[in-house]
Amino acid sequence: MPTGAVIEFKNITKRFGHTTAVNDLSFTVEPGRVTGFLGPNGAGKTTTLRMLLGLVAPTSGSATFGGVPYRDLPRPLDTVGAALEAASFHPGRTAAKHLGAYTLAAGLPRTRVAEVLRTVGLAEHADQRVGGYSLGMRQRLGLAYSLLGDPGVLVLDEPINGLDPEGIKWIRGFLSRMAAEGRTVLVSSHLLSEVQQSVDDVIIIAKGELVHSGPLSSLDTDIAPQVIVDSPNRDALVAALTNAGLAFTSGRTGLIVAVPDPGHVGHIAFTAGVELSVLHRQKAGLEDSFLALVEGGDSL
Amino acid sequence: MNLILRPVAAEFSKIFSTRIWWILALVLFTYIALIAGGLSAFFGGLENGSISPDAVNSGGGADLSTLGNLPPLIYSFAASVGYVFPVLLGALATTGEFRHQTLTPTFLATPKRGRVLSAKIITMFVVGAGLGLVGLAASAGIGALVLNGFGIDPMFADGETWALIGRTVLAMALWAVIGVGLGVLVPSQVASIVIVLAFTQFVEPLLRFAAAFTQVTADIGKFLPGAASDALVGASFFTLASPGGAVLESWQGGLVLLGYGLIATAGGYFTSWKRDVT
Repeated sequence: MPTGAVIEFKNITKRFGHTTAVNDLSFTVEPGRVTGFLGPNGAGKTTTLRMLLGLVAPTSGSATFGGVPYRDLPRPLDTVGAALEAASFHPGRTAAKHLGAYTLAAGLPRTRVAEVLRTVGLAEHADQRVGGYSLGMRQRLGLAYSLLGDPGVLVLDEPINGLDPEGIKWIRGFLSRMAAEGRTVLVSSHLLSEVQQSVDDVIIIAKGELVHSGPLSSLDTDIAPQVIVDSPNRDALVAALTNAGLAFTSGRTGLIVAVPDPGHVGHIAFTAGVELSVLHRQKAGLEDSFLALVEGGDSL
Repeated sequence: MNLILRPVAAEFSKIFSTRIWWILALVLFTYIALIAGGLSAFFGGLENGSISPDAVNSGGGADLSTLGNLPPLIYSFAASVGYVFPVLLGALATTGEFRHQTLTPTFLATPKRGRVLSAKIITMFVVGAGLGLVGLAASAGIGALVLNGFGIDPMFADGETWALIGRTVLAMALWAVIGVGLGVLVPSQVASIVIVLAFTQFVEPLLRFAAAFTQVTADIGKFLPGAASDALVGASFFTLASPGGAVLESWQGGLVLLGYGLIATAGGYFTSWKRDVT
């Protein structure tokens, strides 16, 4: 069974002209866990992953697998499997020939081609030209490429993009299995909801900088707790809250009060003699925490 | 040794897993077969009298007394006309990686980029030689059949004919290397193809023609790639049509061609190949 290596980013920075795409990013990714690499589109995720894989030269800093940069790995495809967002296929080449060329380049057995195509569910389309593939099939083929060398580390850029619901369910199970086998799994996404069912850890970046890293549960904090309150006599409730000097907005299910403690709101209503029909605390979801962290990012 | 053999095997697999190689080979064969066969029939007809010399208003062009060299001249069409095909295939082999973004999986499998480029040169040299054989099957194969039909000796007993065939194969192999260099120097596939076609079919023939007017320009013009290629092969319609023009020695022509290929490739390595793949 291949074992995962620790991925380590050390103060990695990339500038394109005057634009800083990635700024002084440092974090590690541990084996045996699925790590979500999250951030809005344009946050620098793909650039960071391409630096990790030796495709883009960092302006400064380093990215390594168990201490070794990608370009110096003696057998790169056996160590790291990567699937990047771009559709990197010649449309006139069949899936089997596409993968076959790279098994030759990496000195892998030709039998791996059929094996990985079977793993990703493309066995029936092996001899079809990639030009006729759907987006979901291309994603699967990209994943098949990453599995050629049965690597201990998987680096997948937006692997869920373009998959149908069945494919999404499948890849979630697949990622968990890979991590359970002791591999290092790093998966990027611009949507937390897309990966929150399968990731153990999250690394969140925005505008090229690290804004959060830790276990998924670390996102489950009430950064903006609110109380929902309603009354059969809403005008009286509005008056009571206004007198108490609390800020609130009207929501679909009642008034949303920007205080953390439902007891406080209940006490105000009681003192004013207003009957309540709804009183509860609303927890911000993981997605809200995520959005608050990457605030200012676009395309969300 | 595996370090270079593996990427070479991968490059061969890439070339033969799309359709363009046999399409180009087929067009090359047909094109050269028509030219070589047609001219063999024409000169053969003149030679045995079935076409009257009076019917040809020869305005000081090809002198019939040179027809002793007719078979080598016909055979050399494989390279002197067909060289555009290996250049195109070589250029497609590199520009295709940029165009279809296959540089990403290629560099992931072989992160040492110089090794990939060297593998491409080795592969295209061999594939270019293969195209040379295809071109010769048309020029020397079809050409000799037609010449033979008109009772002209195809000169296959002559060792010099076989040497010319060998030099033609070498020239075509070197042209494919030049294609790789051009493709890495001009990674845009469309721009590369336009340059190949415009230069080989229009710009260079004009330059060679113009250069032949004075001794000084002729001494420069002989270093043009097409002129160097004709020098390497040793016989061509072009050198025949511009007598007195300075011509390189055969081996010099080969070195000049190789130089063009290596300089273009080295230049492209620094301008495009080593850059970020985004």
